[in-house]
Amino acid sequence: MLEDKDRIFTNLYGLHDWRLAAARKRGDWDGTAAIVAKGRDWILDEMKKSGLRGRGGAGFPTGLKWSFMPKESDGRPHYLVVNADESEPGTCKDRDILRHDPQKLIEGCLIASFAMGAHACYIYVRGEFIREREQLQAAVDEAYEAGLLGANAAGSGWDFDLYVHHGAGAYICGEETALLESLEGKKGMPRLKPPFPANVGLYGAPTTVNNVESIAVAPTILRRGADWFAGLGRPNNTGTKLFCISGHVNKPCNVEEEMGIPLRELLERHAGGVRGGWDNLLAVIPGGSSVPLLPKAICDDVLMDFDSLKAVQSGLGTAAVIVMDKSTDVIKAIARLSAFYKHESCGQCTPCREGTGWMWRVMERLVSGEAEVESASRRNASARQGRRSRSCRNS
Amino acid sequence: MSVRRLDPNQPASFAFTAENAEWARKQIAKYPQGKQASAVIPLLWRAQEQHDGWLPEPAIRHVAEMLGMDYIRALEVATFYTMFNLSPVGEHFVQLCGTTPCWLRGADELKEVCRRHIGPEGKVSADGKFSWMEVECLGACVNAPMVQINADFFEDLDAASLEGVLNNLREGKAVKPGPQNERHASEPAGGLTSLTSVGEPQTGGGN
Amino acid sequence: MPKLIVDGIEVEVENGATLLQACEEAGAEIPRFCYHERLSIAGNCRMCLVEVEKSPKPVASCAMPAADGMVVHTKTEQVKRAREGVMEFLLINHPLDCPICDQGGECDLQDQSMAYGVDGSRFHENKRAVEEKYMGPLVKTVMTRCIHCTRCIRFSQEVAGVPELGAIGRGEDMEITTYLEHALTSELSANVVDLCPVGALTFRPFAYTARPWELKKTESIDVMDAVGSNIRVDARGAEVMRILPRLNDDVNEEWISDKTRFVWDGLKTQRLDTPYVRENGRLRAATWDEAFAAIAERLKGVDGKRIAAIAGDLACAESMKALKDLYTSLGSPNIDCRQDGAKLDASHRGAYLFNSTIAGIDEADAILLVGTDPRKEAPIVNARILKRARAGGLKVGVVGPRADLTYEYDYIGAGPQSLKDLGSFGDVLKNASRPMIVVGQGALMRHDGAAVLAEALALAKSVGALLDEWNGFNVLHTAAARVAGLDLGLVPGEGGRDVEGILAGASNGEIEIVHLLGADEFDMNRLGKAFVIYQGTHGDAGAHRADVILPGAAYTEKNATWVNTEGRVQFGRRAIFAPGSAREDWTILRALSGVLGKPLPYDDLAAIRAAMVADAPHFAAGDAVEPVAGMPLLPAGELDAAPFETPVRDFYMTNPIARASAVMAECSAGRAAAARIQAAE
Repeated sequence: MLEDKDRIFTNLYGLHDWRLAAARKRGDWDGTAAIVAKGRDWILDEMKKSGLRGRGGAGFPTGLKWSFMPKESDGRPHYLVVNADESEPGTCKDRDILRHDPQKLIEGCLIASFAMGAHACYIYVRGEFIREREQLQAAVDEAYEAGLLGANAAGSGWDFDLYVHHGAGAYICGEETALLESLEGKKGMPRLKPPFPANVGLYGAPTTVNNVESIAVAPTILRRGADWFAGLGRPNNTGTKLFCISGHVNKPCNVEEEMGIPLRELLERHAGGVRGGWDNLLAVIPGGSSVPLLPKAICDDVLMDFDSLKAVQSGLGTAAVIVMDKSTDVIKAIARLSAFYKHESCGQCTPCREGTGWMWRVMERLVSGEAEVESASRRNASARQGRRSRSCRNS
Repeated sequence: MSVRRLDPNQPASFAFTAENAEWARKQIAKYPQGKQASAVIPLLWRAQEQHDGWLPEPAIRHVAEMLGMDYIRALEVATFYTMFNLSPVGEHFVQLCGTTPCWLRGADELKEVCRRHIGPEGKVSADGKFSWMEVECLGACVNAPMVQINADFFEDLDAASLEGVLNNLREGKAVKPGPQNERHASEPAGGLTSLTSVGEPQTGGGN
Repeated sequence: MPKLIVDGIEVEVENGATLLQACEEAGAEIPRFCYHERLSIAGNCRMCLVEVEKSPKPVASCAMPAADGMVVHTKTEQVKRAREGVMEFLLINHPLDCPICDQGGECDLQDQSMAYGVDGSRFHENKRAVEEKYMGPLVKTVMTRCIHCTRCIRFSQEVAGVPELGAIGRGEDMEITTYLEHALTSELSANVVDLCPVGALTFRPFAYTARPWELKKTESIDVMDAVGSNIRVDARGAEVMRILPRLNDDVNEEWISDKTRFVWDGLKTQRLDTPYVRENGRLRAATWDEAFAAIAERLKGVDGKRIAAIAGDLACAESMKALKDLYTSLGSPNIDCRQDGAKLDASHRGAYLFNSTIAGIDEADAILLVGTDPRKEAPIVNARILKRARAGGLKVGVVGPRADLTYEYDYIGAGPQSLKDLGSFGDVLKNASRPMIVVGQGALMRHDGAAVLAEALALAKSVGALLDEWNGFNVLHTAAARVAGLDLGLVPGEGGRDVEGILAGASNGEIEIVHLLGADEFDMNRLGKAFVIYQGTHGDAGAHRADVILPGAAYTEKNATWVNTEGRVQFGRRAIFAPGSAREDWTILRALSGVLGKPLPYDDLAAIRAAMVADAPHFAAGDAVEPVAGMPLLPAGELDAAPFETPVRDFYMTNPIARASAVMAECSAGRAAAARIQAAE
């Protein structure tokens, strides 16, 4: 079990002051200039050594992603874009960072941007997080006033501007290229890849898009050292992670835990256990609604990390654990997710545009008993087809 | 989602207030030269806020002109993003999360409360004070079920507490956003299981 | 250049080629709906899926760059299943209304469903219904049929340059529309119908009139402007049913203007289908013999110097050749093909051609437009400039009307004086490696036109636009007949009068007889008391003024030679016969010459064409542009300060056929109304 001394988000619950002065007392912005002074290569190296994998769902190694940015500018600016479009059902961890620990994110933006040669960064906050956005903006304003942003940010010698941007209700913008489209003032429809954002991203310039949590943990990793972070969790699944535990548990919550914690321990230690006891568990969606559901038998001993969940044909995704007890009409639960995907399909690609609506209608008829399971399973074959030919994360 | 159409009843014109126009100018300045279209969502959002919570057609044109965008591109944006309300909403616009994590914890009950207290989904109540609609995951899943009323989240709801909130709003009484039970934010109810050794809770910072 | 293996065949493709292109290179047929080689890649239909070894999922080949060493399979069971899956999704919400759909018989979806459709449906829900979207008088919509390929949106933005189409909403409720269902305003708008792979966008004027398989298709050449767009005329019986573009990368690529496409109803109304003779002040129908006799009677004893002939904008080369030969034989030096009075110099081809060629625009890096609004005068040329502009690195400057050209330009000035001082754009031209100067008729059809032409030529020379390998001097014509007319020497002979002189002479009685070969675009009152022979197709201005009417054949009704603004010789073909007793124009003149006792020395098409080649050898070369050798310098003259104006005030009404078209009239009225509303706002 993770000890408090190894927790990064020490104000996760907002029980302490979120403002700059208090954040500094908690260790934020401690020696930032010194970290920058160690240079890009050192930072990239440390990030790679830490084993940090992207916290937005795909689990791509963060240090490696940063290293994809061109070493020298060819005249185009470089951008860091932070994906705070948190909208995967079950996921609400970035929200806590934005409102309770914003300075960790802001400091991370400076360091990451420096490491990628970016002088500007946009944080794209989902439109519904209005209060969180206001709080983040206030934190950014404070950081500017304190000289932590702007010219010679935090005394690092690096000029750096940070802007808060927002969406207006579209799940698809969580996909990084759709997010860039949205940030450019268009509909959030995914771009074709290649080219990848590291070559042609925001405004056609080299861009890296990172999740809030990935960026916010970076300063602590660099302060405490890659070895510290890599010493937590399991090989290839290192460090700590914010878990969101929702659904049929006694005490739903967010919590920072060690990667690889057994699912059952996670639920029982922090979320008060499954409603009605472990044996009342029906199934768990372990990583946000886009990953396949785990039946109880697997939940009994599965570990919560990328590789363990992949091994059981599911995924860690955003580490949003949705728990369903035996009272759940699982068909209805899935039907509701079908409605979500139909609602959020951007309409760009045929399989998703046409398939999500079809899927939802079949599921609704299943719920009301008008359809046979057989027709749904035929439909599911088709859904797999859709999944295989999509261009983004939907469906 | 269903087909989103512009409201048949539209105002003749729209213009930002002086204050909002100045705010808009600052927003546009966040983006590089020639990339001012980036500001379209923030500006449309501000237009919606200025216009009682819904976005009229002249505002779409107004924003497009400010940003040098083709009208159709601004209309695409206004109809793509579902937070843009294309028809009038109530003074207190209740967006009820119905996605699975909230549904598992009783969102259906809250829908009943809305139907009973406000009326059919999507219709503004007779007194103009309320309207409600079901929306997709609002990202507060560990505080489910929840609703968003205008800018604020109301979390850890049940039928009684939502009724309480709605009644207070109807009567113009103050309401407290956030969890409607004893929780402060996303921590587990009834005592911390982590972060117990990190200083004493301070209250001055708000949440 | 990447090498890859497609279905066991090794191919090498250009850098940057897509997998789809590589597959085609290898002879594999890849189905597609959204992909179009002249539009940006959307990658949304997912029909072009192929299997790439080492890739876990099928790949959308249109959006994937071909890479060295890829091993691609396009015919495997997995590929077939994947495409069948996409096809199923496309069909679930597509209506089963093929029997009443105008796309039937030429529908990509229909065709592909033969290959990838399954015989039964697993879809037991209600199909989506989508409200129609009004898009104006040309494009009819049945939006329920839309498969959201977005070709129309991309076309309007990228090719037409008028971004007025978009997809609103999202997901399965995404709908294609214009802003608040305003009518399309691009001059190229109906190309979206050709691009639409299904029956969502169809031709409104063609609705429910014919099935594609009952139409006789004739490849021909358009005459609505001087571009010479390659067209296909689809006819049923004696009626032209529709006009479609034909592919020619050097001319119109695969686009045509709305006027080119929809003028066909003008071919059916107000037609001159029998000769007329004026008697007691009234025109009466007559026989050919009576008409010719009336002309012969009037010509008797008249000095050639008192006779004149003017060729109009839609005259084919053959008819102009015969016209010139006939009146020359009658001793008349008063011949002109420049009814608008443009001061074009026929003595050197280089001084009146679009020398850079239309395809050459792709190479230009600076373009100066002088006295022209190419969007109205030659929409295809304008689209080519836009295409070049979108590729980046092009600078455009304008001297003349300040019009919405769909691309950005530096506005230099309104009139000829600006040619003397281009400001910073002078350096742009000088520093360009492929500079173009495009002179429109608006710069030339004025009294100082010759001086403007000389000035523009001198400018071209001084900025280095006249190189051995690049001729950057260009005249943009508006009349389909003009270049052939100049090539064949339809300009005043020794001591002859030009159009202005002819009209002045007719007004004061010095010109007694004027033969108008489809010339309608000047003030007929200036013909005074002259005896007017009008040879043409429509009861337009010239016919109303005529003393004798000789009914001719429209461009769809004859085998005819056309020379476009580049000097490209192209051959139009007869799709239908001319109505009533109307005849092909050169044969009318040949017959008249016999009656007049001056028989022309050719009796069939081959003979008159041989005679044309004898005059101008380049007429022998079909579909080619013969580069001019050397460029002339013309004598400088006095420049007027008056601003240049475009000759095309109403795009939809530029010639007698267009003016007879109800569809063009509707477009014109719609545009005028929109302009009034805009002005009011």
